[in-house]
Amino acid sequence: MTALDGSFPVPRRLVLRGAGSVALAGLGIVSFRATLAFAAANDKYPEGAFKQKDSKEAIKQLYGRTAEPSDKIKLDAPEIAENGAVVPISVSTSLADVSSIAFVVPENPNVLAAYYKIPQGTLPNIANRLKMARTSTVTVIVESGGKLFSATKEVKVTVGGCGG
Amino acid sequence: MASSIRVRAIVNGETTEVQTLIQHPMDSGFIKDDKGEFIPAHFIQELTFEHNGRPVFVADWGTAVSKDPYVKFAFKGANKGDDLKVSWIDNKGETDTATFKIQ
Repeated sequence: MTALDGSFPVPRRLVLRGAGSVALAGLGIVSFRATLAFAAANDKYPEGAFKQKDSKEAIKQLYGRTAEPSDKIKLDAPEIAENGAVVPISVSTSLADVSSIAFVVPENPNVLAAYYKIPQGTLPNIANRLKMARTSTVTVIVESGGKLFSATKEVKVTVGGCGG
Repeated sequence: MASSIRVRAIVNGETTEVQTLIQHPMDSGFIKDDKGEFIPAHFIQELTFEHNGRPVFVADWGTAVSKDPYVKFAFKGANKGDDLKVSWIDNKGETDTATFKIQ
């Protein structure tokens, strides 16, 4: 993987996806797999995933697989958010080779809130502010070395941030 | 028109911390106005940061990012005085771009 990192003039997440496929599929069909990885990892806005109403579906649309819990992810969010319109949420992780981080709020009308692409050289450390319709278990998905990991935290919302 | 983008990018050792505030309504499409009609969705979909022409951070946003969004990240490899180009595009096709000096 180290060799690939240095020799591929493409963003790292592409390389990582390619590398993951190589590990799984063996060297025989590397080029075929690499093509698939490139096609899957294009930089288009993931419109479909952002319209999902169910968090499992959103993660599946975004990544095509499921995440396993990890204690190497630190998710910082308030226990109680008085104003659901502005909930400060941040994440950092000690996982290596992070290529993307996604924030999911399962109780929101659209569950996927934000999806960040982390190129090589950028730290897996993000702070942002999200809207929450009601009390929900905020989930963060970290893509590391081609695998998916997750962490969750419940945030109690006093006044929802989706109006109505 | 003044830029909608405000950025503070500060080098600390080998990492550069970038804090960004953008003026944008980030309307989700789920909120009603005074007349009881839904305010149409209007939100930033993609926000890109480039250092020396290389993307260092790309945010894809949905309707759940707060109004006047804030985001903080950090990356390696920049020096004081380098340019950081920031641009966004929203679901109506509106865009804004600004370039900032890393401090």
